[in-house]
Amino acid sequence: MWLSLAWDPLFRVPLATGLTLAVALPLLGACLRMREQWFSGLGVAQLAAAGGVIGALLHAPVILFALLGAALGGAARTLTGSTRNEHYAVMLLGGWAAVLLLSAWGHEAGLAADHLLNGQLYFTSLPHLLGAVGLLAALLLCGHWLARRLLITRLFPSHFKANRQPDWPHELCLEALLVGGVVLGISTMGVMATFAMMFIPPWIAFRLARGWMRALLLCALLGAGAGLAGFIVALALDLPFGPALVGMLLLALPLRLLPFRFGRIA
Amino acid sequence: MTETTPLLELCEVRAGYAQPVVGPVSLRLSPGEVLGLKGVNGVGKTTLLKLITGEARLFGGRVHRPGEVTVAHHRQRPEKPPELPLTGREVFRIASVSTERLPAGVAELCRLCLDEMSGGQFQLLHAWACLMGPARLVLLDEPTNNLDQVAIELLLAELETLAPDRGVLMVSHDPAFLEATCDRIVPLCG
Repeated sequence: MWLSLAWDPLFRVPLATGLTLAVALPLLGACLRMREQWFSGLGVAQLAAAGGVIGALLHAPVILFALLGAALGGAARTLTGSTRNEHYAVMLLGGWAAVLLLSAWGHEAGLAADHLLNGQLYFTSLPHLLGAVGLLAALLLCGHWLARRLLITRLFPSHFKANRQPDWPHELCLEALLVGGVVLGISTMGVMATFAMMFIPPWIAFRLARGWMRALLLCALLGAGAGLAGFIVALALDLPFGPALVGMLLLALPLRLLPFRFGRIA
Repeated sequence: MTETTPLLELCEVRAGYAQPVVGPVSLRLSPGEVLGLKGVNGVGKTTLLKLITGEARLFGGRVHRPGEVTVAHHRQRPEKPPELPLTGREVFRIASVSTERLPAGVAELCRLCLDEMSGGQFQLLHAWACLMGPARLVLLDEPTNNLDQVAIELLLAELETLAPDRGVLMVSHDPAFLEATCDRIVPLCG
């Protein structure tokens, strides 16, 4: 019965949005993990939530201000140059405190804070789905170019500077994708579920996959599997989607203990 | 650019970070040449390489590198990513290095993920990627760190067959390796 409920027209858009983001966010997370910036997903997400709450306080569009908040985090990542997980922890703490303090100042802000922190996948609409599809399409279109440049930077840090080539195109591209992904994520599944989607699938895939493309494929499969399972469990047990999704992702964590890697030894 | 145009010229260069740590130094690297830099710890050998890559600051003198001369930089201690599912073959592909006819000691790295490699294996992979890539100017900073004799011999053999349009500027504390590979050695003094 609950399986048929998942395909009910009422839930088709939320399901499609959730599954699309469940593929896109782990791919973004893989880029962050490759740079050892996996914690930035949570830092930027909290700043985006703080931005959204400020928007609600000002009776302005929440999504626009969430984008501004996430972009502020992105700008801090770029402008400070040597961002580390400590910087993202500061973003997380600042964003979290701002959300809760500001949400106490008005009913609208309180609702926005609750929406952004906990997510409301079942209330997503067509714009959310189109945004998620756009994000995934952008990732697939520029993914090869972006990943190659990010990997070059990771392995040969002085490459672009030494060869008088700008590194801002790929840095800006990653930031734009991250900002878009985080805002779509928090406005549908909430802050923690967004972070979990960017953190757990890549963490498992990087341990299990032999080869970059296999790791990305595994990220997408784990994300989609957890997204679908979380959706069905949440519907069946009448639970909020975000925590159900995080629970499914946590259940997948023991996969890291498998004593082998997937992929042919060439 | 003619065949005799230098790949790199340093004229009375003083380089450092907050303040100068090396110089004045003058040198010229021609195509087909392997030039070594030697000196005691802290004399500024690595800083000189970082000046060429733009990571250190020029305090005086002149650096000239023709615009078409591309650079590969093997760092003194290239950081091995703790858990990155990238195989050696993929690293070579990213660095535009051919994986055909690799010597056995390097070919075996192709199938390993970076976190499965020892420090020495990763050092060899990184140095090989820089040396065998398309860059015309290769900067090698202590390439023999952590390498066993077999791996050192592999690098030696490749340096001996350097293409005539490429050049290598190398820093090493290994006098035997410098003597065996370099056409000239420039001592740096504090």
